[in-house]
Formats: sequence, structure tokens, C-alpha cells
Amino acid sequence: MTVRTAELLMAITMGAFSIYLMYKSTELEIGWIENEGPGGGAWPFWLSAVMLISCLGILYNWFRRKGRIASSDKIYIESHVLMDVTSVTVALVITVGLFSFIGIYGALPLFLIFYLRFLGKHSWRLTALLAVLIPVTIFFFFEITLKIILPKGITEPLFLPLYKMFF
Amino acid sequence: MFKTQRTFKKLACAIGVTAILAGMPVIAQAWEPVKPVEFVVMAGKGGGADKAVRLIQSIIASENMAPVPFTPVNKPGGSGAEALVHLQGKKGDNHTIMFTLNSFYTTPLRQPGLGVDIATFTPIARMAEDTFLLWVNTDRKDINNVADFVKAAKAKGNKWIMAGTGKNSEDNLLTDFLNSAYDLDMKYVPYKGGGKVAKELAGNNADSTVNNPSEQLGFYEAGNTKALAAFTPERLPLFPDAPTFKELGKDFVYFMQRTVVGAPGMSNEAAQYYTELFTKVFNSDKWQGYRTKKSLQGDLLTGDALMSYWKKERDIHETMLKNMGAL
Amino acid sequence: MLETIGLLGNGFLIVFEPQNLMLIIGGCALGLFIGAMPGLGSVNGVAILLPLTFLVPPTGAIIFLAAIYYGAMYGGAISSIMLGIPGASTAVATTFDGRPLAKQGMADKALTAAAVASFVGGTISVVLFTFFAPPLAHVALVFGAPEEFALMMLAFATFVGLGGDDLFKTIFSISIGLVLSAVGFDIISGEPRLVLWDITGFLHGVNFLILAIGVYGIGEMIWTVEEHSLGGGKSMLSDANVTVKRTLSNLRELASKWKSIVMGSFLGYFVGILPAAGATPGSLMAYGIAKQISKEPEKFGHGAVEGVCAPEAANNAASTGSMLPMLTLGIPGSPTTAILLGGMVIWGLEPGPRLFVDHSDFVWGLIASLYAANIFAVLINVAFIPVFIKILKTPFTILAPIIFILCLIGGYAPTQSMHDVWLMVIFGIAAYFMRKLDYPLAPAVLAIVLGPLAEPALRQSLIISDGSFAIFFNRTYAGPISVVAILLLFLPLFKMVYVKLRNRQAA
Repeated sequence: MTVRTAELLMAITMGAFSIYLMYKSTELEIGWIENEGPGGGAWPFWLSAVMLISCLGILYNWFRRKGRIASSDKIYIESHVLMDVTSVTVALVITVGLFSFIGIYGALPLFLIFYLRFLGKHSWRLTALLAVLIPVTIFFFFEITLKIILPKGITEPLFLPLYKMFF
Repeated sequence: MFKTQRTFKKLACAIGVTAILAGMPVIAQAWEPVKPVEFVVMAGKGGGADKAVRLIQSIIASENMAPVPFTPVNKPGGSGAEALVHLQGKKGDNHTIMFTLNSFYTTPLRQPGLGVDIATFTPIARMAEDTFLLWVNTDRKDINNVADFVKAAKAKGNKWIMAGTGKNSEDNLLTDFLNSAYDLDMKYVPYKGGGKVAKELAGNNADSTVNNPSEQLGFYEAGNTKALAAFTPERLPLFPDAPTFKELGKDFVYFMQRTVVGAPGMSNEAAQYYTELFTKVFNSDKWQGYRTKKSLQGDLLTGDALMSYWKKERDIHETMLKNMGAL
Repeated sequence: MLETIGLLGNGFLIVFEPQNLMLIIGGCALGLFIGAMPGLGSVNGVAILLPLTFLVPPTGAIIFLAAIYYGAMYGGAISSIMLGIPGASTAVATTFDGRPLAKQGMADKALTAAAVASFVGGTISVVLFTFFAPPLAHVALVFGAPEEFALMMLAFATFVGLGGDDLFKTIFSISIGLVLSAVGFDIISGEPRLVLWDITGFLHGVNFLILAIGVYGIGEMIWTVEEHSLGGGKSMLSDANVTVKRTLSNLRELASKWKSIVMGSFLGYFVGILPAAGATPGSLMAYGIAKQISKEPEKFGHGAVEGVCAPEAANNAASTGSMLPMLTLGIPGSPTTAILLGGMVIWGLEPGPRLFVDHSDFVWGLIASLYAANIFAVLINVAFIPVFIKILKTPFTILAPIIFILCLIGGYAPTQSMHDVWLMVIFGIAAYFMRKLDYPLAPAVLAIVLGPLAEPALRQSLIISDGSFAIFFNRTYAGPISVVAILLLFLPLFKMVYVKLRNRQAA
């Protein structure tokens, strides 16, 4: 896909999103209420309209091939870059997905192992060290010191003795 | 992505609970929380409810009343809707409690789509009822009682600004009452939070407010604002010169509850534990001192008595909202 | 005047009690680390540590919390510069030039600039606070909705020209930020608003932090992964060094930028005093003005030192300024002071005009502790600069997963909702694709900060005035501010017309 094509797709997507926002804003009054000024939906509605107009402007420039992006026929994302970016992004999404299931202390070591060992090509020793050390530090800094309780999922019972010990 | 999350959570909870049950030695002993208790606040950071929660949290911590910390989580979204839905979703959870206001009644009434039924929630303890008074700026030398107030507000018609916290909030209900009781046409301007409202009055950007004492106290003590009348059954000790509306012939009494509520389906043992805990907090010197200082009313109310109080208050609010056309 | 100095002297005696001194040092250090975490700022630090303070007397407690507040303000600059992730909205403006400086291997320069500017800003504002509190408290009191809206307009106006080259994309970015800021609940009509796809998580709105960490944290990291992958990128985030010689030359360069630091300090202090505004608009305006008065405005956004020191001076000055309405009016000027206010109530102190008289020990102990906290915070900060520089030299493939993790936790911590974590990841991925197409994203982040301040103020004013816009012009304070804002908004237009006319004459 070229940068030029990506520009077109992005403008269309954002234009469609603007239309959705405009539609959603109409749940509240979008006009002027007598003696009161703009209604509750006016601010988001008219600003979404501005978003839509900007998207149309971007499309207009696209048709005229005006500007650095609209006239670029370079590849949008090189294939080997796409590989790296996709693997990082997918790993991130899976990690977040696992938060509510096996908990943050189950998901983070997996993410660290994947990133350090398979993307970073670091030694197993370093990988193992960090995969243990970082979650432990997080536990003591966030949960014990700052009392911000992070999601545990099914691993929760394992933490009950720890709570007993530190609180 | 968002919808599956809940299924995951339920599954995880189920597995977690089984694991706890399997691992627990069977000794008949009083229930105690085994992990930090999530203390949801139905309002934003720094507001009246939030301050009370942080005080309660500090009482529990400093007097070692519980084996685990109580961690406040603010969920002010949608006038409490977010907090209510959150608690509803924690069905059967013994480690989630919430601090509520009157939006506990009004929000489910006004947003039936949420599917929240407060009768399913676990009553724990009503810690206090906050009071409301009618306030004006002391610069208004011509206003010294409610009669003066009515005269001045009538003369200004809809240019008379009443500041309050959000449309259809407690302040709005009281403003509507005053408008209809005294045949006024005051204009209601919603602000974010009672502290802000109090300041608008002290800075003469509003003509009157119906703040809680705790919100106006600073300005009142400095002589910036004065209280004209109280929406209570009897005069408040802190404001002996402000008559009640009852005395003035308008039988209108309105309170704001400050209540701790548990997740629906909480186990009886846990509910009993929290009830005892909050009874202790209620009787502590610090809480009693706070009640006196902020002119809070309302006795401790727990269990079924609290539930029937809720049902009664919900019906009252339903009528009030209907009368003001918000339902 | 003499009386004030006497009272301040008493305050210092309180501060120099060993226990209080320990609390200040501990608070500064702790605040620094909390502030340096992406997603955690002074609000979290103060809120979380509030219960701890019941172990000490109120004066000690407020000193501790004020030290955390100060430390976190310094710390906020660290994550802005090192990682490009603002830990709090007050540090957004610092990223604009701090991050480019770090990328060019001058992280030490940016960190030094931030520390020194914060110190100057903090000191100037405490002095102002000491001697000019009561008259300014009056201004804060009469500042109503119309004035707030005028001020927001001014903040926007100083920021014209921040966007990219593509006008449509800049406008798009501002608008989407303003629309997202409207998500959640509309207090004026009392109705839920823009609850996208009816997902309940949107009821609490789109938090500024979620967008900021998404765009600057996750999005930026994916972007760096790409640079790294292209090979042209470097294997570390910033290759800077700290040597005595470099530090001296950094300080010399900084001394020549004194104008923007002093401007930022005064501006930050005065904006900070105004209730509801807080430190964020102050630091943004300081950045905008520093750009306007600079001899090399084109360097802004690409690593201008003034772009770091002006907003840093301003946000520290503003955090002191926002203490004033808190103490004298009981009105929080920022979310952090809202929590401090809660603390005061718990300690049994009634904020308000009487506080200075009834609890003068408390007030002057606090003011004196601000002087002390400022000194300790800058010392601790400077001592750690070499450590921070070292951290930046860690190989990217080790640092990257750690930063990702901090982002995820930073997104979860403020609201403890998984919805926000998902939203942040989505923003991050979208930001990466949009950035590749030259969409400027800073305007969106600014808009989401200013939107929730501007919209209610606009509508409250119009309700008061029966829908007439005259209210923004016929009031003592709102009038002049509105006029300046409008002039500034149209300044680029005037400039354009002027240049065109001159060119025509020349031709």
C-alpha cells in the first residue's frame, strides 16, 4: 500500500467516525436553547462537523495531489517494519487481554519473555532475571507502597498470603 | 473486546472462588476481608463524599480496625451511573463497597437503561445525613430573612441567579421547591461541585445557593456569606439564627444521605462484618467530631431499617423528579 | 511587611525541626519518583499518601504533602523529557521540546533546564505568595465563568501555530480533542453524553491521561520500534553524557534564556491562582509566549531550550499559586489541591479567609516549607540526572518492554478500569498510523485538557447572560482578557495580510 492510498483510507475512516460522532451528539439538543445558549449536544455536534469538513479538505487535497503525503507514492509501511510493528502491537494487545484472565503478574512475565528473548534476542539469563525482577518491583511499588491494586484474575488466591504479610 | 471482558471476569471469579474454598481450612470463625477492600466513591476527587471517604479510610487505618487497607476508587461518571453499574457487576463480591449520595436514588430513576435496582444492593450503614441551607452573600445588606430574599428575588425575576451542582441534582430539586413555594422565577446555573458553587456566591457571581454547611463553612466563618433558612426539621446548632422552612410555614425537609452500601449478593457474614466495622467508625471520636463540625445529622442506620429508608427515599425522589418534569 | 517577615521566620523555625525536615526530604524524593512514572502525577501521589499523614500533626502532614506535590512537579518533567510521556497534564508542554532535545543526544541539557527553571519558577512564586496573598485572593474570588472562558480562549490563542504544516489536519486534531473531551456526562443538561457505542466505560469520559499516554507513550514507542527496525534508528533512546564541562556550558546557555524563565514564572503564578485553571493552561501559555518572544521561533518543537524552561518555570510557579485559592477560599485551583483540601478538612482545619489568622503556624509553616522543598527538590533532581542519562543508554529492546508496561499500569492506575487500558492501546495504535500521515497530535492532547474547562464556562456564562455574548466583554476582568485573546487569535492573519501587502508593494 502506498502512502497516498493510506491517506485516502485514513481520511475516509475519520470522516465516517465524524459522522458517527455527529449522529451520537444528536441524542442531546444540538441547537440554541432560548435564554440559555447552546444545548448539551451542540459542542460535540458542531465540532464533529468541523472534523468532517477537515476530512473533506484532506480529500480535496488528495484529489489535487497537493502536499507531501497526498503526492507520495512510497510504501506506507515496509514489509519488514510491518513484521516488527505488528508483533509488538499484537503482543501488547494479547498482554492486555490476559490482564483480566491470568492477572497482571501472569501476563507481564510472558510479555517480557516474548519481547526480550524473541524480539530483543537477549540471553535467557537476562530475560529470566528481568521477567522476575520487574513484576516484583511493580508489586512492591504500586500495591504495597501506593496501594494501587492491580488486576489479578485467577491468580488472586496466590496473593492472599502476601496481603496478609504486608498489610 | 469490551463485552468478552466481562465473561472472562466471571470465569476468573468463579475459578478464584473455588480455589479459595478448596484452600481454606474449615474453622468456624468470623468473616474477615482477605484482600484490600475496594471503596468506590460515587463522586469525583476532592468533593464532599470523597472527603468523607478519605476520612473513613484514615480512621480505619489509624485505629487498626481492619486487617487490610480500604482503597478509595473514584467513579463519578454519569452522575454516579458508572459507580452503580460497576457495583452491580460485582454481584456476590465480598470486597467491594461503595459510598453513596442521593444520586443513588435519582440516577437509576433517570437512567432506567442502566438496569440498576438499588433494592438488590446490600445495606451496610448510613453514616450521616447532610443538611441544606439557603445562602446569600453578606454584601446583600437588604436581605436578612426569607421574606427579604423572596422580595429581592421577585424583583429580579429570571435574572436572579441560583448556582447549584448539576442539572436535576439535589440543589436543583431545592431550587424548584423554592420557585414553586414562593412563586419565584430564579434561574438555575449548574456548576461542577459544591465547593465551586459556594465560591460563586462568595464572589458575587451568583445571587443565592443551597449549599451544604461543609461547603460554605469557610466563607460563612469569614463573614462572606450568611444562611437564611434551613431545610431541616429543627434548627441546626451551628446556625441557631437560621429558621427552618417548617417554621416559616413551608413544610419541606430535605437531606443528603452519606451511606455505605455493599455489592448485591454479598454474603451475610461479610455484610455483618462491614456493619460492625462501620458502627465502630461511626462511634469513633474522629467521625463524631467531623459530624459536629460539619453540622451533619441522621443517626446510624443499618440492615433492614436502612433498606426501608432507601425505598421510602426513592419514592419521595420519584415524586419530586416527576413534579419537576425530569422523568 | 515586617510582620510578614516575622511570621515567615516563625514558619522557618517550624520547618527546621528535625522531623519536619525529614518529611520534606522524604516527600521530595518520593514525589520525584511518583512524578517520573508515566501516568502518575502529583494528584496520585498526594491522594495515595494522604492517609499516611495522620500519623503526624497537621503542620507536618501538609509539609509532607506539599513536598510530594513539589517533587512530583519536578518529576513530571523527567518522564516528559526522557520518554516523551507527560506524567500529568501540567507536563505536556515540556514534551514538545524536551523530547526532541533528548533524541538529539542532549537529554542532560533538557533535564538541567527543567530543574533550574522549576527552581526559579518555584522560588519567584513563593516570594510572590509570601508578600501578595490577600489582594490576589480577591481576584480569584470574583473570577467567574465568563472570566474562565476568556482565559481558556487566551490559552488557545497563544497556541495558534503549534500545529503541523497541513491546516486541515491541524484543525481535525484540535476538533477531535475537543469532541472527545465532551464524552461522558453533561452537567448542564444533566444527561449522559456521547457514550460511544453505549459502552458504560465511556460514562466517565475520556481521561486526558489515557489519550496522552496512548499518543505519547504507546504510539511513540511503536514509532520508535519502526525507527529501530529500519536500522537507521539508534539502539538507545538518547545518547547523552554528563560531564562538568557540558553541565557548565548548559548552565551558561540557560542563563541567556532568563527572560523566558522569568516570564514563565510570573505567568504561571498568576494563572495558577485563578480557580479551576491550575497549572496546565499556565504552562501551555508560557510555552506559546516563549515562542512568540523568541528570536528563533522556528526552533520550537525541534529542541529549543526555552521550550523546556518556560513551561517548567510556569508549572512549578502555578502549583504554588494554586495553593492560594485553596488556603484562602477553600477552592482548589488544581486536582491536587482538591485532595490537599480534603486533607485539611480531615485534620480539622477550615480553609477560608480566617485560616491565616486562626492557624498562622500551619499557613506559615507551609509557606516556609515551600522554600525548603524547592531547594531539596532541585538538589535531589540534579543529583539524579546522571542516573537518568544512564538509564536512557540501556539498549532499546530492554527499555521498550519496560516502558510499555509502565504505560499499561499508568493507564490503569488513575481509574482502575480495564476499559481505559483498552482505550489507551487503541489510541496508541491509531496515533502511530496517523502520525505516519503527518497528522499533528499535540493539538488533540491540548484540546482534551482545555475542552472540559472551556465548554461549561461558556455555557454557564451564556445562561447567566440569557444567551448574550456581551458578557465576555463587559466585565472588569473578562473584557480585557477576551480582547487580548481575540487579537492574538487573529495575529497570524494580520501578519499574513501585512506580508502580502508588503510583497505587492515591493513588486
